[in-house]
Amino acid sequence: MGGRNLVRGIEDRIFDYIIYFFLALVGLSAIFPLLFVLSASLTPFGEVLKNGGYILIPKTLTFDAYKELLSQARIPKAFGVTVFITVVGTFINLILTTLMAYPLSRKKLPGRNFLLFIVVFTLLFNGGIVPTYLIVKGTGLINTIWAMIVPNAIWSFNVLIMKSFFENLPEDLFEAARIDGAKEFRILWQIVLPLSLPVMMTIGLFYMVGHWNEFFQAIMYVTDRTLQPLQVVVRDILLQNSDQLSANVDNMVPTVTMQMAAVIIASVPIILVYPFIQKHFTKGMLLGSIKG
Amino acid sequence: MELKAKTNKNTIVTERSRMKILMTSIWKNRAFYLMLLPGLVWYFIYKYLPMYGVIIAFKEYNFSDGILGSPWADPWYKYFQQFFESPYFSQLLTNTFLISFYKLIFGMVPSIVLAILLNECRVAWFKKWVQTLSYMPHFLSWVIIYGICIAFLSQGTGLVNRWFVEAGGSSIPFLTSSEWFRSVLVGTEVWQNLGWGAIIYLAAMAGIDTALYEAARVDGASRFRMIWHITLPGIRNVIILLFILRLGHMLDAGFEQIYIMYNVQVYPVADIIDTWVFRTGLEQMNFSLASAVGLFKSLIGLVLVFGANHIAKKWGEGIW
Repeated sequence: MGGRNLVRGIEDRIFDYIIYFFLALVGLSAIFPLLFVLSASLTPFGEVLKNGGYILIPKTLTFDAYKELLSQARIPKAFGVTVFITVVGTFINLILTTLMAYPLSRKKLPGRNFLLFIVVFTLLFNGGIVPTYLIVKGTGLINTIWAMIVPNAIWSFNVLIMKSFFENLPEDLFEAARIDGAKEFRILWQIVLPLSLPVMMTIGLFYMVGHWNEFFQAIMYVTDRTLQPLQVVVRDILLQNSDQLSANVDNMVPTVTMQMAAVIIASVPIILVYPFIQKHFTKGMLLGSIKG
Repeated sequence: MELKAKTNKNTIVTERSRMKILMTSIWKNRAFYLMLLPGLVWYFIYKYLPMYGVIIAFKEYNFSDGILGSPWADPWYKYFQQFFESPYFSQLLTNTFLISFYKLIFGMVPSIVLAILLNECRVAWFKKWVQTLSYMPHFLSWVIIYGICIAFLSQGTGLVNRWFVEAGGSSIPFLTSSEWFRSVLVGTEVWQNLGWGAIIYLAAMAGIDTALYEAARVDGASRFRMIWHITLPGIRNVIILLFILRLGHMLDAGFEQIYIMYNVQVYPVADIIDTWVFRTGLEQMNFSLASAVGLFKSLIGLVLVFGANHIAKKWGEGIW
């Protein structure tokens, strides 16, 4: 028996090490590409030429690409647009989603099933890109900043997640408040919302990331270059021919280095906030998948 | 509910008083309807009007006459016929299904493997680190991922191609070659969602009865055998359920990713229904044709989702 246990112990150890090895590989492969992009964005042109390309760890660093990008008006302007649609958009999303989800969570509401159907059906069928474009155009949003906020103001899926959260709040709470004579809006504001911070956080973050990564509506509805959000501008920069290692004559920063710096500028806010919000997302993901 | 119970008990309730009860109930709930109002108006304008707007698929749409005023197409299925008979039809359908299918298969398996590895990991802090790192790419936009692709895969300066050249090989135009492009699409999708996709399997594994593992350990089963005989069967239902549900979304091959990453050279292998509709409708202003194709996609999609949900429900009866 003892001998067998010993063998088992060694087998177990080896098994553990294999697992650690592959897990480390997964972890590294998630972060390494961005680290390489970061290093490329900081590599001076001289070193790129000397090595015939980018290397993993440059000997010296330069912030020229960032200085150059930030001195052109385009990136700072786009950054402003993205921050605006992220902040204002998320605020509007949360208000509208809550106002939809809360009444729908009241099981005694007459017509509830029909109202729910209105929400759920949009998950199953949609008019398609072109008719939606024509309606957005008809409501006068084309080439305004609101075109990136209003047409996507409510995600039906988030309504359903929030609704199921509200449904799970203890019923006595509402009864007690109603006996007190509190009106429904006050109940929502003073009792339900303070209890719903976790779900608000999760759903607000889903909306926020969606806005920060906004691309689709921007290319559909916005052609005015001064209104383009960060992702669209960065993609424009990425479309410049990057196959040769040439630099602009005036600033000696190769196109590729500029592109890498643009990618970092567009991703840094997400990366910085991400570790703190990660656990809310996983919660939301599980909430969502249980529903779905 | 309350209403029904009342009317059932009291059979002499007339039609009129039933209406009255309903009206009082609605009036009592007026605050709720008021809350719903802004959202419902939004749903009407931005979700349901476009559904009505698809009638332009049967019309000769022009800007000056608008959705209602434009004349009907002759015959009404003119644009559907045009699409079905065009050379794009089979190409778009093939691309859409192939890309979706590859993403489905190559996306699920690595996530399941990762979930198993995480589940077997006994060092809590290490597990947490790997989870945090591997979920991160899910939050990066496709533009950022495309930038990363350029850093690694571009023909002239990409890191991978430099390695190839240094090793004596020749560089490969990953991003512009029709041989490689689908692999790039699937690869980046896998990279983005590997960790995120594992979350749900991990949650399912957490629900497996630990007594099973203890019993197996007493019987002297190796850990590999436990994975094979306990863990995998324990999440089998979740795997099948997710697979079926994702089959329902086969027509969504990833518009944003493809639109951001593709180029004219790879259209033959990368152009999907959504990208084609976008170009035809909004870039070439061929509104009616694009709407017809969009409607075709929505309808097939509806059938697929319903079919998938139906099968999933049947299957799900065994689970819940």
